[in-house]
Amino acid sequence: MSKIYYSPSHEYIRVEGTSGYIGITEYAQKQLGNVVYVDMPEVDDDVAAGEDFGAIESVKAASDLISPVTGKVEEVNSALVDEPGLVNKDPMVNWIIKVSIDDPAELDALLDEAAYSELCH
Amino acid sequence: MNRECYGKLIFELSRKGRGGYRLPSNGCTPSVDELPEVLLRRTAPELPEVDEPTVVRHYNNMSTNNFGVDTGFYPLGSCTMKYNPKINEEMAADETIASLHPYQPSATVQGVLELYYTLQQTLSEIGGMSEFTLNTYAGAHGELTGLMVIRAYHAGRGDDRRVKVIVPDSAHGTNPASAAVAGLKVVEVKSREDGTVDVEDLRPLLDDTVAAVMMTNPNTLGIFERNIPEIASLVHEAGALLYYDGANLNPLVGVARPGDMGFDVMHINLHKTFSTPHGGGGPGAGPVGVRKGLEHLLPNPRVVKKDDGTFDISYSDCSLGQVTGTLGNFAVAVRALSYILSLGCDGLDMVGRLATLNANYVKESLRDAYLLPVDGVCKHEFVFDGLIDKSGGVTTLNVAKRLLDHGYHAPTIYFPLLFHESLMIEPTETESKETLDDFIRVMHDIAREAAESPDVVKSAPHNTPVGHPDDTNAALHPVVTYKELIDNVQQ
Repeated sequence: MSKIYYSPSHEYIRVEGTSGYIGITEYAQKQLGNVVYVDMPEVDDDVAAGEDFGAIESVKAASDLISPVTGKVEEVNSALVDEPGLVNKDPMVNWIIKVSIDDPAELDALLDEAAYSELCH
Repeated sequence: MNRECYGKLIFELSRKGRGGYRLPSNGCTPSVDELPEVLLRRTAPELPEVDEPTVVRHYNNMSTNNFGVDTGFYPLGSCTMKYNPKINEEMAADETIASLHPYQPSATVQGVLELYYTLQQTLSEIGGMSEFTLNTYAGAHGELTGLMVIRAYHAGRGDDRRVKVIVPDSAHGTNPASAAVAGLKVVEVKSREDGTVDVEDLRPLLDDTVAAVMMTNPNTLGIFERNIPEIASLVHEAGALLYYDGANLNPLVGVARPGDMGFDVMHINLHKTFSTPHGGGGPGAGPVGVRKGLEHLLPNPRVVKKDDGTFDISYSDCSLGQVTGTLGNFAVAVRALSYILSLGCDGLDMVGRLATLNANYVKESLRDAYLLPVDGVCKHEFVFDGLIDKSGGVTTLNVAKRLLDHGYHAPTIYFPLLFHESLMIEPTETESKETLDDFIRVMHDIAREAAESPDVVKSAPHNTPVGHPDDTNAALHPVVTYKELIDNVQQ
């Protein structure tokens, strides 16, 4: 059973056990337009809540990717290297990195789906 | 007229053995044997072989595909694409200036040094600063140099804790980039809805680790920062310095001075405010000014006036060092000074006022069709958030492309990032009312078209040498050389 949290900077984290899959939201991909590059960290890199872990570039803009939690990178979605446009197809399926979650309490500071869609409204 | 046969790439026009010249044998050609082995190339250079008329027609045709401020109105926001008066070019091309050597003895170039010194002094007067250096090659280079001055200032006081630079989220992208290159950490301060800095958000960020706050005034939305005296005193109380990004200096010329607002260090883009060629037409120059007490840190060398009235190039041990080989892009300085002197004080006084009037005229004329997210009097530029009526699905990108069909350069689009459909227009003071009226008419036509036949706008441009490119594919798989193009075709 997974639960999804959202950040005000338009990332989501889908929590599964002690790890989470981080990506950008449907709203974010729509605003960015066609994604042409995703700059990702490497496995075992540290990420910190509120700090950037990479960047995403579209034909319209480049934007930092902000980690919603503190932890370590367990996996990166290497399919995005050759096909960054997957993010546009389905950002929830095409997550960007998988991280370990050091402190589950950090999740409480994030938004649930209702609060996030209110923000995007 | 653009003839397609000459519009091909010069390599496509090449025919083996063809050429535009024939040299007689003069018997003096050095024997290949006399040249060192290491300097001899193994293969012939891959140069196009073309006859002279083809070369001339090829490049002349190509030149008509170009768009510049000499061809038409160029309302590119944040860039101040004002007309570049031809007298600037005439002065810079003067043989006494064009044939100088950078290491000529000072005694042989007194007039040139005086010119240089005069521009330093004039910019100091315009910016309200104590001293200026012209030793930078571009606006971003000016920012970097300015931040190096700030680092040197803190280091000189033995304060090594200051590693952060605060930058508004609406800032030009060069601000955080320059700070990072200068080895400083960027902290973003949020702006309010009108893009002005929120003093309450700034206050808690100011501590003894902050080296500087970078701002531009008016800000990116063309709105004047009314709280600037309060911001300046907060920054100074925290022991930091206030940096002025001169990108938006144009509306202030002759009206207000960054130095009087409390800015400590600033740069000016001569290629914006002072009508020197811009972008690919460069080279650029980003002179850096400092307030009293920071002069000694400016980069080496400096042009100084000696007590006997003569001029010299001086090097100081207190300086942060050299950021250019010699004295920067001197020919650009000549153009800027030509502009300043040909306008004179009275003319300069009108620059900011007319730039502001023109921007407000265009803004008010178009607000019935384009969404104006921040109301009120703007300075030299303003931002629309796309069309008011977005029902046809026409985006800012589409509007920009459609403008090309009408012979206008596109405004800045998708910057600032504060809005999703930013369309940033800066008319500058050099445009006539007739030009502005025609631009306004075209913008209205496009808005109408967007509602009535949106597909025409979405598939624009239709009349340009290059049509609607596939942006995504171009960014993903850029083909940047002729060889790559040929290889792609062959595959």
